[in-house]
Amino acid sequence: MNPRAEISMATDKPTRIPIVDYLQLGSNPHLQANQCVNCGARFFDRRNACAQCGMREFTTVNVDNKATLKAFTIVHRAAPTISVPYVSAIVETSDGTTVRSNLLNCDPNPEKVQLGMKLELTTYPIGTDDEGTEAIAFGYQPA
Amino acid sequence: MATTQSSDSPAASSKISDDSVWVLGTHMTRFARYPDKDVVDLAAEAALAALDDGNITIHDIDVLAAGSLFNAATSIGQRIQKQIGQTGIPVFNVANACATGATALRTVHLAIKAGEADIGLAVGVEQMGKMGLLGGAANKKEKQVFEPSGRYGAVTGIDGYIGTEGMPGVFAQAGMAYANEHDGVAFEQFARVAYKNHLHSTLNPLAQYQKKFSMEEIMNSPTMSYPNTLLMCCPTGDGAAAAILISGQRLKSMPTEVRKRAVKVSASVLTSDPYTESSQVQADVNTLTRNAANLAYETAGIGPADLDLVELHDCFATAELIHYDNLGLCEPGGAGEFIDSGAPFRDGTTPVNVSGGLISKGHPIGATGIANVYEITTHLRGEAQDRQIPDAKVGLAHVIGLGSACAIHVLERAAS
Repeated sequence: MNPRAEISMATDKPTRIPIVDYLQLGSNPHLQANQCVNCGARFFDRRNACAQCGMREFTTVNVDNKATLKAFTIVHRAAPTISVPYVSAIVETSDGTTVRSNLLNCDPNPEKVQLGMKLELTTYPIGTDDEGTEAIAFGYQPA
Repeated sequence: MATTQSSDSPAASSKISDDSVWVLGTHMTRFARYPDKDVVDLAAEAALAALDDGNITIHDIDVLAAGSLFNAATSIGQRIQKQIGQTGIPVFNVANACATGATALRTVHLAIKAGEADIGLAVGVEQMGKMGLLGGAANKKEKQVFEPSGRYGAVTGIDGYIGTEGMPGVFAQAGMAYANEHDGVAFEQFARVAYKNHLHSTLNPLAQYQKKFSMEEIMNSPTMSYPNTLLMCCPTGDGAAAAILISGQRLKSMPTEVRKRAVKVSASVLTSDPYTESSQVQADVNTLTRNAANLAYETAGIGPADLDLVELHDCFATAELIHYDNLGLCEPGGAGEFIDSGAPFRDGTTPVNVSGGLISKGHPIGATGIANVYEITTHLRGEAQDRQIPDAKVGLAHVIGLGSACAIHVLERAAS
C-alpha cells in the first residue's frame, strides 16, 4: 500500500491518492508548497537552494484555496487519454502564489471564461487502479 | 545608428575594428520535409554553401558549433565533419531548446571574442518530419497501480490534468496573460499576426509554406489551443542553416569583394530566465527576452527605432505579439495597437518576420536561430530579391527556447 494513499477502514470505500504530492486531501483539500525561509518564494517541488535568493532553508506552507484567473487557453488537441476541449489555466491565489491547473465547472468557451474571474480550488477523481485506489486531481472552479 | 562612418575614409578595411565579429558567409536550405535526406545531408548542404558564400574552405575554419536539439547527443558536429572535412578542430555539439541554432552561433562568437579562433562555422539542423504536437507528451497507458514518481510525486502523466504542457497552449497562455494586463489585445490581434506572416511568406522561396490566408480562414481554422488556431501555429519540418563568423582583424585581410558583403555582428546575447514567481509553474518568455534586448541594444549602441527589420520567435501567433513589447518595438502595453496599425507588416515602420516567420517559413528547431540570421544578413546585403526591405542597414534576430533560453543577434550592414 502506498504510504500517501488515504486508507479507509470502511471496506466498501476505495482508498484515495492525490495526483501529485503537493495536493493535500482530507476534509479541506488544499495545495502545499515549500517556502523559502529567507525570501518567501514558494515551490511545488523540492529545491536544493531557493531559485530567487539562493538560501537553503525551507518550510512547508498551505496555499490559500481562493484564486484569480490570470491566463487561460482552451485546449482542443491533446493526448488521446485526455478529453477535449478543456480549459488550462494560470491562476494566482489570494496569498500570491501562481498555480497551473485546469479550470473546472466552466463552459470551455471564450465567451464564458473571463480573465480576472474569482475562483476556488476543488478536487475530482481521475481514475481508479487495480487495487481500488482512486487518484484525485485538483482544479479551480468559479467561486 | 550605432556609429557614424566617415564616407571618405581611405579604405573600407580601416573601418573594421580588430575585435569586431562579422558574418562572412551564410546559407539556409529551404525549410520543407525531406524524406529522402538525413540530418547530416541537410547540415552538410548548408555548411558547404556557407563556405562558398564566404569564399573560404573548411581548412580556414578554426571551430565548429553544431546545433541540433534532437541530435546533439549523437555527435552531430563530428558527423557533419565526416561529410565536409575532418580537420581536427574543436567541435561543440549544442542543444538549447528552440534557441539551439542561435546558441551554436553564440558559441562561435565567444570563441572568436576569446581570441581562440579567427573564423568559425555554426550549423543548425533539424529533421522533424511530421512530429505533430510538441510538449504535451502522450500519457502512458494508465498504470495498473498508482505509484507516485518524479519530483512532484505524480501518479500519472499530468498534462491535461494540471493544465496543459502542449506548446500551442503554453504560448496561448503567455499571450492571454498579456491580454489580461493590457487593453486592445484579443483573438483578432493574435490572428492578424498569423495573417501577416503567411502573407510575407509568399515572397520567400525558402519558406516551407508560401500561401496567403484570409483573416477568416485563419480564425476559422481548427482550434489547437485557443486563441491559437492551426494557422497560428508553426509547422514541424526539416532544414538546415549555417553561418560563418570571422574576426575583424582577419576580415581586413580578405578580398574587397568578400569584405563588402560581410555583415557586422553588433551584439550577440544569450540569456536564461531569471527567477520570477509565476515562472515556477509556467515558463516566463518575457523577462529573459527583455533582459536580452536591453543588453543587445546597449552593446550595439542602438535602439528599437533604429531597426530596419526584425526576425523574432513567432512559434505561435500569441508569442509574436508579446515580443513586440518585450523587444521594445511598440509602446509599453501597446502590442495590440502595434499590429492593428500595420507597423510590423513589410511596408510598415518596423517590418517583423518578412521571411514568413516560424509560422509559415517553418521551424526545424536547430536551424531556426541561424536561419533568422541568414534572413537579416541577406537583407543587409541587399540580396533578398522580391522580399528585400529597401536600404536595410540594421536588423535584429531573436529566438526563445522554452525552459528557457533567449538569444538575440543585432546585425549591421558594412559601411561601403
